[in-house]
Amino acid sequence: MALFQSVFAMLYQFGDTFAFLVISCAGLAVIFGMMGVINLAHGEFIMCGAYVTVSAARAGLPLPLAILTGALVAGAVGMVVERLVIRHLYQRPLDSIIATWGISLIATQGVLIVLGSTMQGVGTPLGSIDVGGRSYSLYRLILMACALGLLGGLYLLFYHSRFGVIARATIQKPQMAHALGVNTGRMYGLTFGLGAALAGLAGGLYAPTMTMVPTMGATFIVESFVTVVVGGADIFLGAAPAAAILALIKAGLTAWYGQLFGQIGLLVTVILVIRILPGGLSGWLKGTTR
Amino acid sequence: MTRNRPTFVSLMAGAALALFAAAPAFAQDGPIKIGVLEDQSGDFAAATTVKVHAIQLAAKEINDAGGIDGRPVELVIYDTQSDNRRYQEFMRRVLQSDKVDVVFAGFSSASREAYRPIVNQFDGLAFYNNQYEGGVCDNNMIVTGAVPEQQFSTLIPWMMEEYGPNVYTLAADYNFGQISAEWVRQIVEENGGTMVGEEFIPLGVSQFGQTIQNIQATEADFVVTLLVGAAQASYYEQASSANVGLPMASSVNVGQGYEHKRFTPPSLANMYVTTNYIEEIDTPASKDFVERFHAMFPDEPYINQEAANSYIAMNLYKQMVERAGTTDHDAVRAVLAEGDVCFDGPSGNVCLDPKSQHMSHTIYLAKVNDDHSISFPKVWEDIKPYWLGDVGCDLTKNDPSAQYTPSSPPPAQ
Repeated sequence: MALFQSVFAMLYQFGDTFAFLVISCAGLAVIFGMMGVINLAHGEFIMCGAYVTVSAARAGLPLPLAILTGALVAGAVGMVVERLVIRHLYQRPLDSIIATWGISLIATQGVLIVLGSTMQGVGTPLGSIDVGGRSYSLYRLILMACALGLLGGLYLLFYHSRFGVIARATIQKPQMAHALGVNTGRMYGLTFGLGAALAGLAGGLYAPTMTMVPTMGATFIVESFVTVVVGGADIFLGAAPAAAILALIKAGLTAWYGQLFGQIGLLVTVILVIRILPGGLSGWLKGTTR
Repeated sequence: MTRNRPTFVSLMAGAALALFAAAPAFAQDGPIKIGVLEDQSGDFAAATTVKVHAIQLAAKEINDAGGIDGRPVELVIYDTQSDNRRYQEFMRRVLQSDKVDVVFAGFSSASREAYRPIVNQFDGLAFYNNQYEGGVCDNNMIVTGAVPEQQFSTLIPWMMEEYGPNVYTLAADYNFGQISAEWVRQIVEENGGTMVGEEFIPLGVSQFGQTIQNIQATEADFVVTLLVGAAQASYYEQASSANVGLPMASSVNVGQGYEHKRFTPPSLANMYVTTNYIEEIDTPASKDFVERFHAMFPDEPYINQEAANSYIAMNLYKQMVERAGTTDHDAVRAVLAEGDVCFDGPSGNVCLDPKSQHMSHTIYLAKVNDDHSISFPKVWEDIKPYWLGDVGCDLTKNDPSAQYTPSSPPPAQ
């Protein structure tokens, strides 16, 4: 029983960190990993999703619907931002850093001015379960399931749907896709919107567990960039295994040495990976299988 | 030439003399400039925007009543954005180019330690109106916030008597959290208790799964939470949803970030906080303060202890300048050294201690109930900031400009 208890505890911590990394990086994996746009406003799309989710839930919508609304609104905002700003910067990655950073500052300060420095949350639903004398939040188990569901859903979308095939074609060979009659501008917009919606979904899913402040996106951004950089361009060969490995490192170090070393471990890993595997995990995996 | 020279020299001397005499006279007539450096955006904004409002309220009241010694108060306000570098930039700016008479500055202890050397360098005078980890012995600083001997030596023994001797501390990983945790450790040991765990969390961390498990693995009777900033406040929601169910004790929650108003009940239930003021305090002076505050700022989400401290500090400064007859720092400090600078304000009567330039407080034990309403199981009257004076800090005699902790007290004289 003691063994089962500690194994469950370790699995729970691993799953909790894994879910956080996967959910927070999914949107960035699409926008930065696939499309190559360094999106420093990723955290603000997350914040947007969280704020919309909480507002909708407080207005009486059931939480799952509220989370969906948050994701959709963030996606719509993402498409508008793509149309107005990002579209002109696809060939200028350095300029896109400045532009998205500016958007991030405007969003944070704008929310601060309009909605104030804090907003009341909705509270974590579902309560807790007892396993071997310790109690665990049930909602966080749901989050783990959501992370797996998200990976599965994205896999189906990108590899088994018409949209996915066209999106990948557009991003890999835009001229060729264009020649074959694909509206590449629209595809870029939709893909960016999808990334923003995934960020909004992350915000919505984590909103019930967090403090609602305009700067809340910043707590996601280090973890998401680390995961995507370690993972490389491909979500499934890159971000998913990267999240698993990083979760193992972070949960392990946090358990043994505390939060500070968990953070240090994460950052040391990304430095090593950039040095040894510049293409990230997916670049390395593809290189060895080729 | 020989005729002109003495005239010229005496003219110059006369002009210089006139300038010399005119300069202070001019300064005495103009407004008294007060620099306000507080975080109005960034991680700490939720707790600190109200401090600026409290200073504006006090300034308005002082000006409506004829100013300080007949001179109007003029506020020079900058948003420090929860960023220590901004504190350094703006502190230089208010002291060098705005030439303010006094500065009201700082929320986090990291920001205070960032700007303090600059205040020392330009021999400025700064009020730090925040509760903190204690120990600053500096002639250029006047501290109106509560310190550990006021908050912990009341709170921890009370909690140990009520809930048991096993204590788990969860603290923000910077000078405030580390030094506060040291105080908790010392007081727990003095009272025969045991520290069953101690964990330091980097600022900005928002995921507490492992921490919650660590707490559950111990036999803790209560958890001392010294978490700071919006990100770390996510702990309460996560601990509550994991059903940790332990009472919590804190010197920073509720009285600062009004978590009981922001979070959904019952995530903060059974939290005990020692604070020198919160808006729920049910005295005529407090109610009157809340009423005046809301008349000027109707949308104020919460009036916390730092708002009251800032308001009190403005009135203490007014009193000291009026008694000194000037804003000259040495003259103001000479008034403080008389030991009877007191103010009967929203939190009761408070006095400045000449040795440490810290303030006495009425300490209220606030308990968060299941529905997040507040009750006050105990009130300690007139708790003095005695520790610095006891260990040998005496600003009336010398100025070490240092910060001391229980493990590094002032060198023996």
